[in-house]
Amino acid sequence: MPRKTMIEAIRDAMDVMMDRDDNVVVFGEDVGFFGGVFRGTQGLQAKYGKSRCFDTPINESGIVGAAVGMAAYGLRPCVEIQFADYMYPAYDQIVSEAARLRYRSSGQFSCPLVVRMPTGGGISGGQTHSQSPEALFTHVSGLKTVVPSNPSDAKGLLIAAIEDPDPVIFLEPKRLYNGPFDGHHDRPITPWSKHELGEVPDGHYAVPLGKAIVRRQGAALTVLAYGTMVYVGMAAVTETGVDAEIIDLRTLLPLDLETIEASVRKTGRCVIIHEATRTSGFGAELSALVQETCFYHLETPVRRVTGWDTPYPYAQEWDYFPGPARVGRTLLETMEQ
Amino acid sequence: MTDYGPLTLHVPEPAVRPGGTPDFSSVGVPRAGSVARPEVNADPESIRDLAYSIIRVLNRDGKAIGPWGGLLSDEELLEGLRHMMILRTFDARMLMAQRQGKTSFYMQHMGEEAVSCAFRKALLPGDMNFPTYRQAGLLIAAGHSLGHMMCQIYSNERDPLKGRQMPVLYSSKEDGFFSLSGNLATQYIQAVGWAMASAIKHDTKIAAAWIGDGATAESDFHAALVFASTYRAPVVLNIVNNQWAISTFQGIARGGSGTFAARGLGFGIPALRVDGNDYLAVHAVAKWAAERARRNLGPTLIEYVTYRVGAHSTSDDPSAYRPKTESDAWPLGDPVIRLKNHLITIGAWSDERHKQAEAEVLDTVITAQKEAESHGTLHSGGKPSVRDMFEDVYAEMPPHLRWQRQQAGV
Repeated sequence: MPRKTMIEAIRDAMDVMMDRDDNVVVFGEDVGFFGGVFRGTQGLQAKYGKSRCFDTPINESGIVGAAVGMAAYGLRPCVEIQFADYMYPAYDQIVSEAARLRYRSSGQFSCPLVVRMPTGGGISGGQTHSQSPEALFTHVSGLKTVVPSNPSDAKGLLIAAIEDPDPVIFLEPKRLYNGPFDGHHDRPITPWSKHELGEVPDGHYAVPLGKAIVRRQGAALTVLAYGTMVYVGMAAVTETGVDAEIIDLRTLLPLDLETIEASVRKTGRCVIIHEATRTSGFGAELSALVQETCFYHLETPVRRVTGWDTPYPYAQEWDYFPGPARVGRTLLETMEQ
Repeated sequence: MTDYGPLTLHVPEPAVRPGGTPDFSSVGVPRAGSVARPEVNADPESIRDLAYSIIRVLNRDGKAIGPWGGLLSDEELLEGLRHMMILRTFDARMLMAQRQGKTSFYMQHMGEEAVSCAFRKALLPGDMNFPTYRQAGLLIAAGHSLGHMMCQIYSNERDPLKGRQMPVLYSSKEDGFFSLSGNLATQYIQAVGWAMASAIKHDTKIAAAWIGDGATAESDFHAALVFASTYRAPVVLNIVNNQWAISTFQGIARGGSGTFAARGLGFGIPALRVDGNDYLAVHAVAKWAAERARRNLGPTLIEYVTYRVGAHSTSDDPSAYRPKTESDAWPLGDPVIRLKNHLITIGAWSDERHKQAEAEVLDTVITAQKEAESHGTLHSGGKPSVRDMFEDVYAEMPPHLRWQRQQAGV
């Protein structure tokens, strides 16, 4: 099976869908001729023409607002916000418009729209190229929020997102574009060509939204992770020897609570890890749900390892980022209790 | 030491506040028929003056004058008069219903009836409006059921929107009326996107965006103009300048710009200003702009100069922020009376027939109201189901919402 980087897999998903469905259109800043600053749309304009893949003015509210109108018309826009950090001007269009259109019109209008955004840190991007705003989307009724962790899933999830009848926020951990990153920033990068999840099937396939996957079976403890943190969790497990079960959530909303419950009931311990800031982060929701559904199976309190509640710093990035050492300490503490 | 004195902040004020004598001397009103009518493919650079004048057709004597007149037959004008009369009567009944507690909230159109009623007649089936809350004439002139609108206002068991939206935030896909958000300006850019989609699909449909003078200050107004300009979207960009944004006079949003229409010029978008209380002028300008869109010539910006005679909504009292008699001083008159007088002047109408029509319209509206009220009002009778509260959040209900619906006991 061909191996691809995650950005190639994402491009492949859009290519497959643009080929299958004339209603799929792709646009955003630098997305057309140049093919996106991360090359996610490279070649699509040449292949499908300027009216289906094009550059936009630098106006995120305009990008998403226009896409809402197009989706209501019957198109399936898959738009790119250059960095998730730039999405705030579009937030009103996402929250008040895209997410509510089906509801407030009683189904007369709908909004089958995908908003792709590179997310997360690890690229020396400072506070404006490193944020993880997923909780700002999971808090909104009417949205679905997806965070893939590898090329194979990224393609299948993006295809499922484009085919979905409702708006989907598709957060792409940018540090994973070229290889699985485990938080050891001082070590050589492993490319996807050397990783089995870099194997991306050709053609059309969908990875259903709302289904998590167990990345590592384990008996001692459950780690809930998504995106880059899946690999940080793996590294922490390897380095501490804790026999943890690692669940890659893949879709944050709708959440696969069944898979989480089954695992925590088995292990009796749960550690939640994410890059985003701690307070009111998605980990808070996960923690509450685990407590509500698995309380009598828990042997220790649910713990979180997250980014600190500061703006994402530039020079102190690796003190901020919840790397394998920090995750590993919490795994051990949880086991010692 | 510096040569410069201390800086001061400029905060614009309306000409008059409550207690003062209304003054609209700053609204320059050109003679009817005095503004040229360019070809729809005219170079935008050559018609910049249209953004600073006011296109008018009906003069003080009730005659239709000049190049923007003569587009509508007597029958079409009589139909237009009837639409405006229905809207005015509908408003009066619903305001009363609000005072009777049958709904919590209402927004009337008094003085602005011509804008939405006349504009609608420039559209074709399949075109889509992205309206604000003061364009119910778009529905009425499309022949939409008054009863459906009332059931929405009453949030009763027949409310097409199942009780999810505040009164007057209608939605009708079949009558080209996009679901009203209630947020300001967000839908201006959506109209541009909808129009772009029509162009992408090589269809023939066009979109119409709507915004008030106050909301032009929103960033999404700028987003819409830059996208419309860049992609030459087949969209008509409407600004209804009714002088007041709740209590804020239009000068706060307009700032140092000469007119709201002039905002279009920097984007290379042809921009026209029109007498919003002149049914014939509104229709002619709307038709001109729609024609440009249909011929793939791109967007047009239209500023309707009008006056909000009533309160912003049932939740504010205008006498707290503007002179009570200001509407009497408004120099562009009343749209219903002006069209009525025109029809009488040309021999197509009479005072007697008008009185008779008023009675008929009232009867039509009351009949619809009784039928709507038989299905309930806000606090009595049939209500939308609580179970429906959980539907349509997504196409398919996800597990967490199913669980919450169970918790709610419905």
